[in-house]
Amino acid sequence: MFRYNLWLAAISLKRNPVLTALMIAAIGLGIGMAMTSYTVLSTMSGNPLAYKNDLVRRVQLDNWGAEQPYNEPNEPPELMSYRDVTNLLEKSDVQYRAASYPNFLPIEPAQRELQPYMLNVLFATGDFFPVFEPPFRFGNGWGKAEDANATRVVVLGHETNEKVFGGANSVGKKVRLGGEDYTVVGVLHEWDPKPKPYHVSNGAFGGVEHVFVPFKIGIEKELTSSSNNSCWESPADDDDSSGYAAWLASDCVWLDFTVQVKNADQVAEYRRFLDNYVTEEKKAGRFPRKLNNRLYSISEWFEAQNVVSRDARTQVWLAFAFLLVCLINTVGLLLAKFMGKSPEIGLRRAVGASKPQVFAQFLTESAVVGVAGGMLGLGLSLLGLLALRTLYAGTSNERLANMDWSLVAVTMAVALVASLLAGLYPTWRACQVQPATQLKTQ
Amino acid sequence: MLKMKNLSKVYRTHMIETHALRGLDIHVREGEFVAVTGPSGSGKTTFLNIAGLLEDFTAGEFHLDGIDVRGMNDASRSKLRNEKIGFIFQGFNLMPDLNLFDNVDVPLRYRGFDAAERKRRIDGALGRVGLSSRMKHYPSELSGGQQQRVAIARALAGSPRLLLADEPTGNLDSLMARGVMELLEEIHGQGTTIVMVSHDPELAARAQRNVHIVDGQVTDFDEEPRFEPPPRHEQPSAAPANVT
Repeated sequence: MFRYNLWLAAISLKRNPVLTALMIAAIGLGIGMAMTSYTVLSTMSGNPLAYKNDLVRRVQLDNWGAEQPYNEPNEPPELMSYRDVTNLLEKSDVQYRAASYPNFLPIEPAQRELQPYMLNVLFATGDFFPVFEPPFRFGNGWGKAEDANATRVVVLGHETNEKVFGGANSVGKKVRLGGEDYTVVGVLHEWDPKPKPYHVSNGAFGGVEHVFVPFKIGIEKELTSSSNNSCWESPADDDDSSGYAAWLASDCVWLDFTVQVKNADQVAEYRRFLDNYVTEEKKAGRFPRKLNNRLYSISEWFEAQNVVSRDARTQVWLAFAFLLVCLINTVGLLLAKFMGKSPEIGLRRAVGASKPQVFAQFLTESAVVGVAGGMLGLGLSLLGLLALRTLYAGTSNERLANMDWSLVAVTMAVALVASLLAGLYPTWRACQVQPATQLKTQ
Repeated sequence: MLKMKNLSKVYRTHMIETHALRGLDIHVREGEFVAVTGPSGSGKTTFLNIAGLLEDFTAGEFHLDGIDVRGMNDASRSKLRNEKIGFIFQGFNLMPDLNLFDNVDVPLRYRGFDAAERKRRIDGALGRVGLSSRMKHYPSELSGGQQQRVAIARALAGSPRLLLADEPTGNLDSLMARGVMELLEEIHGQGTTIVMVSHDPELAARAQRNVHIVDGQVTDFDEEPRFEPPPRHEQPSAAPANVT
């Protein structure tokens, strides 16, 4: 009967093309608006490390000045000072400790036809790779020895490897960065985590860096972060330390620091360790504020950093409210259409169709409208996302407006469910048609 | 085939009560061709709707082919209607978007026949009414008489035991009406029980037996058929004389 009902739905929809177009347009517009907003929100509110949310912790220590908090009401800085990061790298006993910060280095490709150009570089400890798990196409990251010795090794991002080595396995080859030769130890597949789980300052949706080199090399080169460097007091500039050394010794925050514990029980243990660390530092005259450490999971950290703006959430609510209006409109149109078919319903009932069979026939018609509306909505969503990409071209928000296959499936499912819901009442009404009345009045 | 005893039907609104049938007694035997006559508003159509299980009754007894239909749920009534009853309406009630083949197919779809069986029955039914060659045509391409013949084919396709006709010639001119009546007589001749509602005495006279209803009650009826019902036999698929 399903195929028969589908066929009847097609005939019925063809009979009133204007009404059909209106219903499909109503659902399509609602779905298009809702899914465009939802796509942006779902990208914003994603967590690329959700599968190990209980193990990975973002470390925040409140080393800010006593007068006012880093952020109201009493939020500690989202970044860390070099001094604290190096202490925590040495002292703590967790599985992995990933410190990092972004900057730039020029690359000089061996090919003559390629001019030197600037690369986004992430200076990171070797633990960055097991914590954030970028997918390796060739090779691996580096180990503690390379970290300790600032060995000139590099992991290339997919794009850089394509550009410089034509996509070949470049592990073991040399690449010249900032006037020095680096040995390639790993090459990544395309990797585009959104939001970036290791750095949200100045935009959580920017692309990942082009290459990754050991953290200590950036320090040797006396580089600060190209993203966010914040101080509550100027670095000391005296006989003991000045310039970059003073910067490193200061309480200025500029480094991302994330740890991965061995198991969930170790989180509390690490929290105690951090509290003890800050208490000890207080004795040395640092950390003027009350103990205010944070050890957020990545999803909690995104929440605290307002990675998803309230505007985006409001926009989604409004878009779904619009979808509801479209559905109510569709209910009205379906009701008009189905009631116009009362004589047919009466006849079908008279020749033996039961109420469930009539219900199935008209619900199938609603579903066909829903699928057609969903396809239109999908097209409109893609257009909407294209418009957003054009609007935000060149900013990190541009990368939010991408639809993947799972969202295509969600779009179609939402359209189908929405149309079935819209069709329920008109279909129920259609089933209440009294055949005797309709057959006499036709 | 159809036995109603002391049957009543009351339509109620919050303001008024209308007694459409008042203690109606009627017995239609298998193979009979009965005409139900009466003035407008006498309850003829209400009787036919109840006989066709399209409406419930308020009180009394009703047995259809030996089955007590009182208290039957919608699914059982639909199944019984589909298997045992064929309807012919004054307004033909064909679906304008479906061609003749698909119109006749409608009741068969709910019967659960496979495609081959449905095709065999549709070919046979349209053949019986002389419209085999036009099965891909749409109702709007046919005359009124031809449309009523399609409606008759639709009613016959499921091989019903009982054919209920509500003013089957009411929308036709006299020539077409005569053709349709001849077709009904032929169908009756092949053993199908027919109950026809009509206010036309001339048509009613062609039935075996007349039942007259006034104010929801049978006021006059023939105790016995005026002529013997024919023996029931297999329905041939040959077309009768063509009528436009």
